[in-house]
Amino acid sequence: MKRLKLKKILFGKELSDGLVFKIIIYVLLIAIGFVYLYPILYMVSSSFKSAADIVNPMVNWIPTNFYLENYRRSLKVLNYGPTLTLSLLVTLLPALLQTAVTSLIGYGFAKYQFRGKKLWMMLVLSTFIVPVQVYMIPRYVMFNQFKLLESSLAVILPALCGQGVNSAIFILVFYQFFRMIPQAYNEAAELDGAGPYQIFFRIAVPLAVPAYITCFLFGFVWYWNETYLLSLFLPNYPNLQLQLANFVSAYSSLYGEHLMKINEGIRLAATLLIILPMLIVYLIMQKWFVEGVEKTGITGE
Amino acid sequence: MNKKKISKNTRNNLIAYSFIGIWIFGFMLFMAFPLISSLVYSLSDVVIRGTGIELKLSGFKNFIAIFKIEEGFIFLEALTDFLVELLFQLPIIIVFSVIIAVLLNQPLKGRAFFRSVFFLPVIISSGPVINELISQGAGGTNILNSYGFISIIEANLNPALAKPLITLFSEIIIVFWFSGVQILIILAGLQKIDRSVYEAAGVDGAGPWEKFWKITLPSLSNLIFVNIIYTVVLLATFSENKVIVLIRSNMIKVGYGIASAMAWIYFLVILAVLGILALLFMPRERKRKKRFGS
Repeated sequence: MKRLKLKKILFGKELSDGLVFKIIIYVLLIAIGFVYLYPILYMVSSSFKSAADIVNPMVNWIPTNFYLENYRRSLKVLNYGPTLTLSLLVTLLPALLQTAVTSLIGYGFAKYQFRGKKLWMMLVLSTFIVPVQVYMIPRYVMFNQFKLLESSLAVILPALCGQGVNSAIFILVFYQFFRMIPQAYNEAAELDGAGPYQIFFRIAVPLAVPAYITCFLFGFVWYWNETYLLSLFLPNYPNLQLQLANFVSAYSSLYGEHLMKINEGIRLAATLLIILPMLIVYLIMQKWFVEGVEKTGITGE
Repeated sequence: MNKKKISKNTRNNLIAYSFIGIWIFGFMLFMAFPLISSLVYSLSDVVIRGTGIELKLSGFKNFIAIFKIEEGFIFLEALTDFLVELLFQLPIIIVFSVIIAVLLNQPLKGRAFFRSVFFLPVIISSGPVINELISQGAGGTNILNSYGFISIIEANLNPALAKPLITLFSEIIIVFWFSGVQILIILAGLQKIDRSVYEAAGVDGAGPWEKFWKITLPSLSNLIFVNIIYTVVLLATFSENKVIVLIRSNMIKVGYGIASAMAWIYFLVILAVLGILALLFMPRERKRKKRFGS
C-alpha cells in the first residue's frame, strides 16, 4: 500500500503529474536558462572587474571589490546623457508614428471590403520578406537629392507612411485585432449617425489599447536595435548603438592607447550601458511584451 | 435604387482607401520606386555627378562582373557561408523553440519568470551588442573552450566541416537568442490545443511521447511554418550578417551598380530559400480538406 502511494507521488497518476517529472522539467529549465543568460551574466560580472581581476584566474564570477571605474570611463566615452536623449529621439518618435499609422492601415483592411484589397494585402505581406539591401541604395540617392541625409526625417518619414522597421507585422497585428471586434458595433454606431472616422476613434481605438501598447513597445525596441539603415542615412548621428560600434577607437582617442589600456571589463560595461534602457523598459513592461505576442494574435492563424 | 447601391459601394471604397491610402503612398515612394530603381541600377553603369545620378543601361555587365572581380568573390564566399550557417542554425532555432515552449507549457511555479527569461534577448539583440558579446567570448566560446570542446572538433573533423561547426559553437548561445519570438508563438499555439484530445488519447493508452508526436506536433505545423519563415527573414536581415555588410561597403568600393546587382542576387537567393522551405514545410491542410470534402 505504502509503496503504491509513494509511486503515485513520484510518478503521478499520469507521468506528467508526478514529482520526478516536475523536477526534471525544473532542472532542464534552470540549466538551459543559465546557459541562455550566460552572456548577460558574464557581461554584468566582467563589467565590475578591475584589470587585475580579469587576468586573475582565481576570480571567477564575483569580483574582489565593487569596481566602478569601468562604468565611469564608459559613460564618459559614450557621452551617455546627451547621446541617450538623441537616441531616444530617433527611436520613440518613429515608433509612435508607426504605431498610429499602422493602426489606421490595419483598420482599413479589417473593416472594409474594397476593390484591390487582396492585391494590397499581398503587397503588405511581401514587404516583410524584401531585404532592406535591395531598396536602400535608391532610397539613399533619393534622400540625398531631397537633402534629407543626416536628418532624422530620413527615419521618421518612412515610419509615417507605414514603411518603417517591420511595419508589415504591425499592420497584420492591427488587422487581426480589429477583425475580432464584432461588425455589429460598427453597424449600431452607423445607425446613430456616426461617420467612419468617428467610429474608428470612438469605438475601435479604445478597444484596441492593448494592441497599441504592444505594437508601440515592439516598435520602440526594434527601432532601438536597428543600426543598419540608421548608420547609412545618418552616419554622423550620435546614436548609442553606433557609439558602441566605434567604442574602441573612441576610447583610445580619449584615454590614449597605452596608459589605461582598454579591456573586456570596460567594453562590456559600455555594452551593458547600451542595453540598460531596454532592460528597464522590459522589467516594467514585460507582461505587455510576452502576453502581447499571444493576445494580439501575432501568431497569424 | 440601383444608382444608390453603386454610390454606396463607391463611398465604401473611398473610405477604405482613405485609411490605407497613406500605406499605398509610402509603398510607392519608399518601396516600389526604390525597388525598380535598384533593378535599373543593377543593369546600368551608374555614374555619380554633382548634379545627380547618371545611368547608362549595360545589360548584365554588373552581374557578370561579380564573378570576375575580387570584391565579387568575397561577396559570393560570404553568401555561401551564410547559406551554410543558415542550414545549421535554422533547424537548431526551430527545434529549440519547440522544446522550450513545451517545457514552458507545463504547469509550473515560476512559469512567467522563465517565459520572460527566454524572451529577454529579443529586447537587447542589436548588431553592435551581439558583436561585442561574441568578440568578448560571451557567445559560447568561453564555456566550450573550458571543456576543450573546440580543439576536439578541430582534431577530429576535416576542415570543411570543422569550420562551420566551430563558428556555430562559438556563437551557439547567440543562435539560441534568435528564438525568443518563436518560442512565444509556439507557446501560444500549445495553449490553443484542446485538453480533451490529450485525455482521450490517454484513455486509449497513449503515453506522453506518443502524444507529443501524434497530437502536439501535427497541430503546431502551421506555426512551425510561420516560425521557419520568420527565422529566415530574421537571420537574413540581421545587421551584422556579413553579406549585407558587404553589400553596403561595396556601395562606395565598387559603385552603386554592382552593389545593386549583389543586393538582387541576395534577394533572389533568399526568395529561392523561402520557396524551397515553403515546398517542404507548408502545411498540407488544404489538400487534406479537399480530399475529405469529396
